[in-house]
Amino acid sequence: MSSTPMTSRGLAPVWRALKKNRGALISFWFLVFLTTVAVFAPWLSPHSPTQVYTEHFRSPPVWMSGGSFEFFLGTDDLGRDLLSRLMYGARVSLAVGLMVVSLSLSVGLVLGVLAGYFGGRLDSLIMRLVDILMSLPSILLAIVIVAVLGPSLTNSVIAVSVVSLPNFIRIIRGAVMAEKMKSYVDATHGFGASHFRVAVLNILPNCMAPIIVQATLGFSDGILNVAALGFLGLGAQPPTPEWGAMLSDSRAYIESAWWLVTLPGLCILVVVLSFNILGDGLRDALDPKLKGRL
Amino acid sequence: MLSVIGRRILSSLPTLLGVSVVAFFLIRLVPGDPVLLMLGERGSSPELYQQMQAQLGLDRPLAEQYFKFLSQVVRGDLGTSVVSRRPVLEEFWGRFPATLELSLVALLWAVLLGIPLGVWAAVKRSTLWDYSLMGGALVGYSMPIFWWGLILILVFSVGLGWTPVSGRISVWHEVEVITGFMLIDAWWSEDGFEAFLDAFRHLALPALALGTVPLAAIARMTRSSLLEVLREDYIRTAKAKGLRAQQVVLGHALRNALIPVITVIGLMGGTLLTGAILTETIFAWPGIGRWLVNSIMARDYPVIQGGVLLVSAVIILVNLLVDLMYLWVNPLLRDKL
Repeated sequence: MSSTPMTSRGLAPVWRALKKNRGALISFWFLVFLTTVAVFAPWLSPHSPTQVYTEHFRSPPVWMSGGSFEFFLGTDDLGRDLLSRLMYGARVSLAVGLMVVSLSLSVGLVLGVLAGYFGGRLDSLIMRLVDILMSLPSILLAIVIVAVLGPSLTNSVIAVSVVSLPNFIRIIRGAVMAEKMKSYVDATHGFGASHFRVAVLNILPNCMAPIIVQATLGFSDGILNVAALGFLGLGAQPPTPEWGAMLSDSRAYIESAWWLVTLPGLCILVVVLSFNILGDGLRDALDPKLKGRL
Repeated sequence: MLSVIGRRILSSLPTLLGVSVVAFFLIRLVPGDPVLLMLGERGSSPELYQQMQAQLGLDRPLAEQYFKFLSQVVRGDLGTSVVSRRPVLEEFWGRFPATLELSLVALLWAVLLGIPLGVWAAVKRSTLWDYSLMGGALVGYSMPIFWWGLILILVFSVGLGWTPVSGRISVWHEVEVITGFMLIDAWWSEDGFEAFLDAFRHLALPALALGTVPLAAIARMTRSSLLEVLREDYIRTAKAKGLRAQQVVLGHALRNALIPVITVIGLMGGTLLTGAILTETIFAWPGIGRWLVNSIMARDYPVIQGGVLLVSAVIILVNLLVDLMYLWVNPLLRDKL
């Protein structure tokens, strides 16, 4: 499935492919910027995200009348600085995306390689599991899992990872199956290589292209779903500055304080959009066969 | 053909059985004792507790409970809601039309707008039209719809005052439930067109919010599929015959390009139901999504378990229909299934 074996040259071809796509490149640099903000949030943010300023309930952003530079994007219903909370929110969301992708990728790798490499009964069993997971609406399954584990940010990450798992398994399985047909696999077996060696050291590195693409798109799915759970009150709990939870907290002020409703959602949209553009760009570049697939 | 259909139906049964296992056992893991929860208000004594437990069948071993549940499901009995004390199936049918109506209207506008936009982008390939349409589609595809719903409320309800914020129809219209589709029922009610218009204004924003992601997906799929077909030899032949560009695209190419689009539309079942959970929460829409979320909050075991089973049955059924539609469109595939 992959046309470019990437192991020997590391990530250089990925970067070269990316450089040709302006949208993907802009998204990439934006995400680098956002990561920097997230990492250095304690030093960059003007206020603490949980500090309550009792004299500044829902004060508007600086460009509106009544706004001040002290609270650049205004304050929320408890008098906390919105800009600082959004910056810390970037921290939460990016960490969430990373955790969801790492969890579902690692489990997906094991199950996907097992299914794709050995086929047969094991494959049917794993794919049956995938079918079951996929015939439930993702958010519904995540909600049920969170209900079992109890609402918290960590549990919503676990729930969303379970929900994202089928995509990873399917893509890895497909890539491994396609690669397994090739003659170098038979040749390596001929040299007496073990199954583990062939599957992990020979086949897997050649399946990197679809995996990289799926991991990138997994970030956007993960961030979106965790934010949705946060919005439903099943994810991050107060006072954690998570964008989805911030949105649901400010729903009551939709008529009086539009910035509280608009800005956290805009952050979610921009981050999800960036990962989607980046993922699309990577797919077009690395995996021409998948071009245009959704 | 019949045997193909039969085989496809049979092969979806194990999945459904798997879902029932997942639903049943996952619910049993939920912390919190449903018996205590029900007795909560009245105070409880050990005798009352045991009586209630026995009444709900919760004192039996888990495996026995599961098989009892399964044998009841087969007979069409999905249990009784702990909260409302009404049969789960009855509650489901009471709410399903609301979700179905919302989803269908959302899908309708997504298809009616998505396909033309996709065609337009493909025809105007690599122009500003194409870039802005596909950029817009990517934004739509990335949209957190729980936020999008709020923004629509902010603009159209709070700002412009065009639409109501919640519910399916204003209370002063008396509408008798016949089909469960508010638009149709309102049309035939005493207030007639006025009630219909009112129902439509209630439906507009939720449908707009719910249809956004499908719209973007359909537009993107139409564009890429049409571009692929336009590269085929028979398109060159059609052009060589001297047909106008419009005839080539709409008459020859689009029909074949729509096959993958139909698949995408068919697979929207899950997306729409997922979206419906969030949309219904925002717009207080009395459908399946809100019902399930509320039951989870209330730990209403039978409803969650039966509801999850019913929802996945609907999705499996929709996927089955799409497969069959496929066979109908393309007879060459019949041997492959």
